[in-house]
Parts: sequence; structure tokens; C-alpha cells
Amino acid sequence: MDAERSAGRAPLLEVQNLVVEYSVGGRTIHAVSGVSLEVERGETLGLVGESGCGKSTLGRAVLQLRRPQSGRVLFDGQDLTAMQGEALRKMRRRVQLIFQDPIASLNPRRRIGDIIAEPLVIAGVKDQKRREQLVHEVLSAVGLDPQLVAGRLPHEFSGGQCQRICIARALVLNPEFIVCDEPVSALDVSIRAQILNLLEDMKARFGLTLLFIAHDLAVVKAVSDRVAVMYLGRLCEVGPSEQLFAHPAHPYTALLIEAIPVPDPDVRPAESVAVGEPPSPMAPPSGCRFRTRCPRADQRCSEEMPELREVGPQQFAACHHPLIGAG
Amino acid sequence: MSEPVLLSLEDVAVDLPTPRGNLRAVDRVDLTIGAGRTLGIVGESGCGKTMLSRSILQLLPKKAKLSGRVIFDGQDLARLDPERLRKLRGKSLAVVFQDPMTSLNPVLTIGTQLIETLQEHLELDGQAARIRSAELLAAVGIPAAEQRLAQYPHQLSGGMRQRVAIAIALSCEPKLLIADEPTTALDVTIQAQILDLLAREQRRRHMAMILITHDLGVVAGRTDEVAVMYAGRVVERAPTPRLFKNMHMPYTEALLAAIPKIDAAPHTPLPAISGRPPDPTRPIPGCSFSPRCHYASSLCHREKPLLGTAESPDHQFACFHPISLAAGIEA
Amino acid sequence: MATLELVIDEDVASGPVTRTRRLGPLFWAAVGWTIFILAAAASAGLLPLPSPTDMDMLERRAAPSVLHWLGTDGLGRDELARLIFGARVSLTVGLCGPVIGLTIGGALGMLSGYFRGRFESLVVGSMDVLLAFPPLILALAVTAYLGQSLLNLTCILGVLGIPAFMRVARAATLTLARREFVIAAQALGATHARILLRELLPNVLLPLLAFFLLGVAVTIVAEGALSFLGLGVPPPISSWGSMIGEGRESLEIAPRLAFMPAIAMFLTVLSFNLIGDTLRALTDPRQGAL
Repeated sequence: MDAERSAGRAPLLEVQNLVVEYSVGGRTIHAVSGVSLEVERGETLGLVGESGCGKSTLGRAVLQLRRPQSGRVLFDGQDLTAMQGEALRKMRRRVQLIFQDPIASLNPRRRIGDIIAEPLVIAGVKDQKRREQLVHEVLSAVGLDPQLVAGRLPHEFSGGQCQRICIARALVLNPEFIVCDEPVSALDVSIRAQILNLLEDMKARFGLTLLFIAHDLAVVKAVSDRVAVMYLGRLCEVGPSEQLFAHPAHPYTALLIEAIPVPDPDVRPAESVAVGEPPSPMAPPSGCRFRTRCPRADQRCSEEMPELREVGPQQFAACHHPLIGAG
Repeated sequence: MSEPVLLSLEDVAVDLPTPRGNLRAVDRVDLTIGAGRTLGIVGESGCGKTMLSRSILQLLPKKAKLSGRVIFDGQDLARLDPERLRKLRGKSLAVVFQDPMTSLNPVLTIGTQLIETLQEHLELDGQAARIRSAELLAAVGIPAAEQRLAQYPHQLSGGMRQRVAIAIALSCEPKLLIADEPTTALDVTIQAQILDLLAREQRRRHMAMILITHDLGVVAGRTDEVAVMYAGRVVERAPTPRLFKNMHMPYTEALLAAIPKIDAAPHTPLPAISGRPPDPTRPIPGCSFSPRCHYASSLCHREKPLLGTAESPDHQFACFHPISLAAGIEA
Repeated sequence: MATLELVIDEDVASGPVTRTRRLGPLFWAAVGWTIFILAAAASAGLLPLPSPTDMDMLERRAAPSVLHWLGTDGLGRDELARLIFGARVSLTVGLCGPVIGLTIGGALGMLSGYFRGRFESLVVGSMDVLLAFPPLILALAVTAYLGQSLLNLTCILGVLGIPAFMRVARAATLTLARREFVIAAQALGATHARILLRELLPNVLLPLLAFFLLGVAVTIVAEGALSFLGLGVPPPISSWGSMIGEGRESLEIAPRLAFMPAIAMFLTVLSFNLIGDTLRALTDPRQGAL
């Protein structure tokens, strides 16, 4: 990780040993168990994993919408986990969130113009004309005509349009960092591409840094500079996108890549190597959490939890027997 | 096709009255599937693929009007009396839905649901049904099958539930299995397992299967034939290898191009399809895809192209300007 | 350059989907009666009616005539005037009582559904205690201690309605508070107060209002029952309930004395029920499936 610091600037977001647990009916779910990562200014870090891996929880914990049990989240050098009340609320203007279900993310009884102006009101922009102007600007930026859109209610729009509105709302305060939590999973295939292109556009135009959370590897690869793979609350592997997908070091990453259905009839889907189901986050296996499904697992894997180690240029894997790099 | 035709949809149309006017969910579809073959139906939300599957099963909403013929194993299901239809469903004609949490009864154990089906259709007694149920669960890859019989759906994971749903569907050795987005709600590693399971069981039982999905990647390696639907109609239909290698419909091409590929470099702009899927309550004259099509001409906006063939009788498409074909269609 | 979506095409620009739940003639009849009775009650003092308390012992239980449009009751008082002034009582109690339930119960419900935890347990527990009290005994106790009056009656019935409103508000808030638009507001840095007032309240208000109308109907009946038993408003103020009670004695000679207030109450309660039901049906967003 130190290699990144040599660029001179500190990373915009630093997550240090984050632990998030919550109890459901008396039992504890270990959603995030000691995750550390960094996001440089201007980059897109993809966070990928299947359901139950804790990626959404991590995204919310970064924004302190769910308070972590331990660990720190440093945004531009300031510790968000130590902040409360007004100070935290002020910080929120610089970090925004886009959700998976665009229609549920909008208050069904408020007009689009009001919804997008809400962040401005909360931030204290008193002049209504100014607010209107900013709302119009940001609506145009996401490809919607403000005249037609601002006075309507969310139910009048499709999923893709609602997501544009959500993106507009996230952008209106000119934030520096946006956490995108499965922003295209609920959308049709033909609309997904539109929204992904829009996100890339907005990133360039507004100078954003993104944490892009998704379960679809191809989608993540399309927009990310670096990718982090999560499994059952821990990071398996982190590395530059191209490299990670071309030469995965962690067996789980390899498994994910192999399981992707390829739209090419000549590529025979391999009989999946995946064995069994992911264990429950309430009772994660000892040692390496992936060992119950890993073809390379041995005694050491059940006794010793692997830490992220460098296995390639800027590529890190938490595995005792990685596919590449020192064993 | 040398196999006998098992299911034949002839001029099937489904109309739904809504407050906004008549909704043509399925617009005169013709499809056939042979015994033991797999047909993939691909389309986005609102294209009518779910309504189509419901019309095969005769499980349409009460207000819906079905026209056309649905000939299964020699009988027209649309005109069959309810009692015979009920006997057919579950036994010869089975379904697996997208969300196993809602397709399984949450207040009955898995064992009860399986045993009920077996007793109803195969008339097995309780003991025999129990044994068979455990065998079925084991066959679909559920470990500790005997213990699972006593469990409730919420105690299993999504992948497990879907396996149970498949076990129930296969329990009576159906001739045709309709899988409506069976893996959309599942993780990608589990998806691969479930699709493998379906393929394996299909080969073993020489069962025909209709795989409905929005994911072209899913149909690519696992179907014999693919039908692409848009705005309630089949717009292209071909054997799978030919569809991908030699597609004629601009929509199919655009759909394929819009999917992010795993081997593309990051930050490659995706060729998105502009506009939105059509509103089924406001049909437009002309081709439904024309507002979004790069190749559209004034003819396309005026007239609806009919499904026709060109160089090969088993490759149909509905377009006035098909890609990779010099001449137009021959109806 | 991204392929930006076209601006919204005509079918959105032409107007939103009109949710035409056709409001049938029954609904409008209910609205009509409600407006009529409200207007009559409000303008009772201005109408050219004989006083409802003037007794004319010579004209007791008189049939309808030009002087007394609906006749007179057992003490010679004008029926029509008593009915209209009775409407005043019923509607005052009927409308103001549930307002107490709506404001206090609604607030408690929203707060407990939003904050959860110990506060919620406390509120729900207190409501359970309140519900456990037999309402009639409570009403008796309060009137015996504080005396019978319109104000006391309204307050008792209002307080007795608080748990029901709390339940409705809490249920609505629980489902809404988990939706993403609330989390989005939190992510924007909105204070709790702002979220409660601007995000949750507009969504909870409609089911609460529908329930309010049903509460009005129930309260009118409750007041009627209490007055019938002599525990409601004290004489000589007329209330539909007490009129029915008084009319019991004359059932054989002049059944209209009992039936007319009963019909008036029936129509009013039915109207509020119908309007409340229709409102509730309207606010229930039905997703169309395809």
C-alpha cells in the first residue's frame, strides 16, 4: 500500500481495520471483519463480491450511516468515526451515496425539483433562485430537461430516469466522493450502459472519486481503475482492474471470473469448480473464510487467517496459496 | 428439426385491459420447441416474456384475454377444461420461477411441499413419497436431504431454495420445464451451479426446456435455439450459434454491444441504446424499435416488419434493414 | 461522450398517469350529506328555528306541522331544532376527539417507529396499559370526578383513541423508515426533525387521515352511546344519543322520536366511513404488474 503514498498526496479515503457487526435476534452477524483499503483522489475503486460479503455494509459504514464497532475511516485526513452531530453533517456534503433501487430512493410524495434542492436547503443555501438554478444545471448535466422534470413526482418516471435523478441529487452539492451501491443492478440491460456512461461522464466533469460497489464483475471492471474483492467480510484481493482480471491471485477471484456467463456460444461454460454455498456470516469459518469452498485449502488455511500481501505489482491477495506470486 | 414438436405456439396474443387503455403484452407470437431441446427467450422488462410463459401455463391474470393456440403434446391448452389442465400442470408441464422465496410456501416444510406434489400427480403413498422426496433433494445437490425435509424455506439460502423449487418441478418427470429467470436473483457462482444442474437434469430426462432470461450470456452456452423478444413480439429467432455469429436484428446487435464484457479494458465507453423500452399501452405505427435504432428509415417508422427468413429457414427476423444481409427479408 | 438520453418524450410530457379510481355516486352522496350536516350544525344559531330548549307542554309529541317541521318531542321541544343542535354536539365531539388522537397518537407513533429502542418499548407499553382500561369505566370515572360536559366528553374520547392512532402511525413509519429515500436523507446530513417532518410525515399523513375519518365515525357512535346511557352531554343540551334515549319511552306512540336521530346518526357515520374507506383505497399504491 505504501507504493501509492509515494505519489505525494495522501489518499482521499482511508479505511483502517473496519469492523461492523450487528445483532439479529440475539445472534451476531459479522458483516465486515477488519477491512482496510484506500482510495486515491480521482480514481474509481471497484468493490465486488456476492451477497452476504458485506460490501453494502462497508459502503454504509464508510459514510457512518452504520457506525462501525471499531476501526477508522479517514476522509481527507479527518476521522469520520470520531465525528458526531453537526460536524458529521457538514462532512456529508462532501461524500454522497447512490443506491440500488432508484425508485425507492426518492420520496414518493415530493416533487423532483424539491428532492434535488433538498441537499442545498440542508446545506444552508437560502436563496431560492440560486437553488433553482443549481437544480436546473445538475438536471441538464444528467440528461434530463429541467422544465419537464422538476415539477413531477417520482412515480411518473422509469427506473433509468429515477437513477439519473438520484445521480443529480448526489451531484448538486459538488461532492468530492461518491459511494455507488449497486447503481445499475436493478436496471434493464439497455439502460445500464446509459447510466454507466453517465457516471463516467459525471466523474470526469465534476472531478469525482468513486467507490463502486457491485456484484457484476464485468460492470465493475468497466468503470474501475482498481478492484477489491470481498468475501464474507474480508478482502480477498486488491489490484489494478486489467491485471486482476487477467491474472487473479486469489482462488475466489478466479472462481468469480470463471462463473461469469460469456455471451459467446463457442465458450462452453466450464463445469463449475464452485463447491457448495457460502457459509453464514453469523458463523464464519476459522482461518481463511473461503477455505470451505477452495480447491487449494489445507491445514494452514483453517488455522491461520491470511493477511493481504503483495503478489504482483500493486496487486495484493490474502491467501496462503495464491495463484500467482510468492506462495 | 428431426425431433417431434412438443410445444407449438400459434399466433398467441395476450391483451390486458388497463386504466390507460388496452395493453398488448404479447403480440402474435409463433414458436415451437421439440422434445429434449432448449429454447432461450431473451428480452428486457416489459417485452412480454413473462406473459408468454404464463400463457403457456394458462396462468394469466383474470382480466387477460388470450387468443391463438397453445398446442402441447397434441392438445390445445387454451381450450382444455380446467380439470385436465390442472392434471397436466406439475406433471407434464413444470415451472421454476425467479424468486424461490415467493414460489415456495413459507409456512409449509419442504418435505410437505414435495410430498404433496408427488402424491397428487403420481399417487404415491406417504412413505414412498418421502423416500422419493429425499432422493430428489439429493439429486439436485442438497446435502443432508433427509434432514432438509423438515426445514422451512426461510431456513435455506437462496440457492438452496431454488434447488428445492427445481426438485419440486422435476418430481413428476415433466416433458417440458419452463424456467422463468431462474438465476436472476442468485449470485453468479450459484447461478453457474443452478444452470449446470438444469442442463444435467435435462439431458438425463430428455426433457424440453424454455429458459427465459434477460442475460444473453446465460443463453449463449446453454440453449439450442434463441428467440429475442421486444415489445411483445419475437423479433429474431435462430439456432444459438447462428444468432450470435450472424445476427440480423439491430436490437440483438445493440443488446449484445451494451453488455460490459469482461475482457474489455476499463473505461471503454459502452455503446448504449438510446431512449427507453416502449410503452405497451401506446403502440406506435411502424417498428417498435425504430425510435432507438441507428439504422431506422422512414419505412421503419411507418410499417411494422413481419417475421420472415432469408438465407436459412430456421433463422427468422423482423426487420426491413437487417444487418449482414444485403437484400431485405423474404416473407 | 456519453449517449445522453433523449429528453422525456411526449407520453410523459402529456401529463402524469391519472389515477382515476372512479369515485362512484355513493362516494359523492356521502360527501354531500357530510357537507350538509356540517353546514347545518355550523349555522344552527343563524337558522330560523325555534329554540331547541323551549318546552310547549300543550304540543307534546305533536305530528309534523308548519310550526314544527318534524314535530315535537315528549317535552314539547321542536324536533328539527333539537336534531340540528344535536348534530352540533355529535360533530364537535366526533371531530375534536379524534384530533386529540391524531396529534398525540400520530406523533407518538412516528417517533417510536423512527427512533425505536427503549423509547418505542415505553410508548407501546403505555398504550397497551391504556387499552387495557375498559373505556366505559374510564368514562364513568372521569365524568363522576370532573362532571359531565362537552369538553370532558371530548377529552375522554380523544384520549381513548390515542393508542389506535399510535398503532397506525407506527406501522406506517416502520415500513417507510427502512426505505432508501430516508437513508438518502440521512446521507445528505438532514437532522432527525427534518427527516420526520419532510420525508416521513407527508407519507404517513394520508393513511392517518383516512383512519381519522373512520375515527370520527366511531367517536360519534361512542358519544351517542354514552349520551343514550345518560353519561354524555347533560340536559337540556340535545344530542342524538340522548334523543334516542328519550325517544324510547314514546316508541309506541311516536316512533319517529327515536328513529329520526338514529337515522341522522346512521347517515352521518356511514358517510364518514365511506369517505374514509375511499381515501384509504386511493392512498394504497397498487403496482401494476406486467
